[in-house]
Amino acid sequence: MKFTKLLATAAVAMGLATTAMAEKTKVGFIYVGPVGDGGWTYEHDQGRKAVVEAFGDDVETVYQENVPEGADAERAITQMALQGADLIFTTSFGYMDPTINVAKKFPNVKFEHATGYKTAENVSVYSARFYEGRAVQGHIAGKMTESNIIGYIASFPIPEVIRGINSAYIHAKKVNPDVQFKIIWAYTWFDPAKEADAAKALIEQGADVILQHTDSTAPQAAAQAAGNVITFGQASDMAEYAPFPRVSSIIDNWGPYYVARTKAVMDGTWETANTWDGIGPGMVGIGEISDHVPADVKAEAMDMVAKLASGEYHAFTGPINKQDGTPWLAEGETADDGTLAGMNFYVEGIEGSIPN
Amino acid sequence: MDLSAISPTLLIASLMVAATPLLLAAIGELVVEKAGVLNLGVEGMMIVGAVCGFAVSVETGSPYLGILAAMAGGAILSMLFAFLTQFALANQVASGLALTLFGLGLSALMGQSYVGIKPPAMGTVDIPVLSDLPVVGPILFGHDIVLYMGLGLTAAVWATLKFTRAGLILRAVGENHEAAHALGYHVVRVRILAILFGGACAGLGGAYISLIRVPQWTEGMTAGIGWIALALVVFASWKPWRVLLGAYLFGGINVLQLNLQAAGIAIPVEYLAMSPYLITILVLVILSADKSAAPASLGRPFHASH
Repeated sequence: MKFTKLLATAAVAMGLATTAMAEKTKVGFIYVGPVGDGGWTYEHDQGRKAVVEAFGDDVETVYQENVPEGADAERAITQMALQGADLIFTTSFGYMDPTINVAKKFPNVKFEHATGYKTAENVSVYSARFYEGRAVQGHIAGKMTESNIIGYIASFPIPEVIRGINSAYIHAKKVNPDVQFKIIWAYTWFDPAKEADAAKALIEQGADVILQHTDSTAPQAAAQAAGNVITFGQASDMAEYAPFPRVSSIIDNWGPYYVARTKAVMDGTWETANTWDGIGPGMVGIGEISDHVPADVKAEAMDMVAKLASGEYHAFTGPINKQDGTPWLAEGETADDGTLAGMNFYVEGIEGSIPN
Repeated sequence: MDLSAISPTLLIASLMVAATPLLLAAIGELVVEKAGVLNLGVEGMMIVGAVCGFAVSVETGSPYLGILAAMAGGAILSMLFAFLTQFALANQVASGLALTLFGLGLSALMGQSYVGIKPPAMGTVDIPVLSDLPVVGPILFGHDIVLYMGLGLTAAVWATLKFTRAGLILRAVGENHEAAHALGYHVVRVRILAILFGGACAGLGGAYISLIRVPQWTEGMTAGIGWIALALVVFASWKPWRVLLGAYLFGGINVLQLNLQAAGIAIPVEYLAMSPYLITILVLVILSADKSAAPASLGRPFHASH
């Protein structure tokens, strides 16, 4: 049945390819993992589906999965531009330079690069303030840990990931001064076996909370097997592991942004932009906090979500020192976006160093 | 830095788990190469085994049926290779590479509706007194049955190749297929059986990843283990116990480097990340200084009329 469905889809796709009309807006997506990863890429593909839903026959979307970051990405993006895409979303940090390079060659194609910081005439960047969600996670983690050891599976040492570690640590430390972070750099966004091994290593060293900045659900499965470890869904709700071990999650919600940007291209109003939205505008969602979390902790977390959303509270509010003890933010001062976007240091209290 | 956080017992127990897929795939490939066939399709057979095992255990609710299906899946895919190389006399290197690419694509197709599903859990062997022993318990008596199968298979392959008539015939076919043919042995039949065995082992190794080690299904989840298994067979000089040593070394350093990272050891992460490959190759190269050669007919096609 699956196979016939696939054949039918292929037939439809070929039909579309031959009969496609010029006025159709073609939107391309470059994905770093498979659409079925249950995390990062899954949510971007949900965004793509939102575009299809919003514009129906007026758009045609194409996507390519599992595109490695680096030189090969340039080939994939070029190919998509050559196929006549009007707007291309490149959805991982490592596509930054390839996107800029390809954009130079196709001045009439609009590009949108996720989580990067390089813009051009026809290149916008967009990202979500995941660190706001990390603050909530840190709070819950700090309250719930009994061993006072929190394991963190990090992916690549880039500002986005370091921001997440800092934000989670600051808020865990605030409610639990004895908390300690153990960090493993997996050097991958998506490798279930490696993520599972990393989670197991952290659990064996006493961690009873696992935070992950990698995209598969493998760490959730490892925590479930261990039996006394809690986790948080990453990028996607990962609700199949709720209510335990997954007690909450950060959900990326790209749909509204993708729809708005596609609309702008259709209307000819597209302009280079630098979008960085958080919980407030809805780009970052906090997945339901499960009943495994005590009611008072849940209430505090919900309160924090509300304050982050309204802008009343900033996740990086001083006093905060850098790891070497030098002052970064004074009492009551909040971090500016420039520093956050390029964050390359740990805050005071985190052990270990950031790999180069 | 806090080395005391690393528990040697748990470390050894988890390195055995990490090494098992590699061990299974490499032992299978060793038998194939001992019969004189070079099958570069290990990665493809592993991933097909991984998805077959996953799908069947989800549908039936039995991890054991899944394990059987994984072996069948790997063996069926290897039949394609056997047909191409033993009957059509196609180039073995090209056929093997094609098998890997085919397997990766096929598994992605087959696994589409299984993404994000949890498989039924495979229980660990629980022997009342022995499993509760302090250090020895978790290391020797606290694993799942497939891990013990891997160890048993290594011993069985070693004993069969060394002591039995069947092993002798297999080696004869691999060393000099014309002589074996002249003696009246059916070279092609022996090779096909070896290829099927290799396929089943690779499939089992793949299912170990999708059913036990991770456990979930995602595209491309074997992540190159099949290629490492191929290299391991060569570096282990086609000797079963060295394959075991190499697999445990590789798995061990992989697990150890994650533990060292978590313990905050001040070695740059990049060095830790490449250490499993480097150290495994280094140790096995030193061990293979006794100049054990590859099976003499390895990779050469055979036809009775030649």
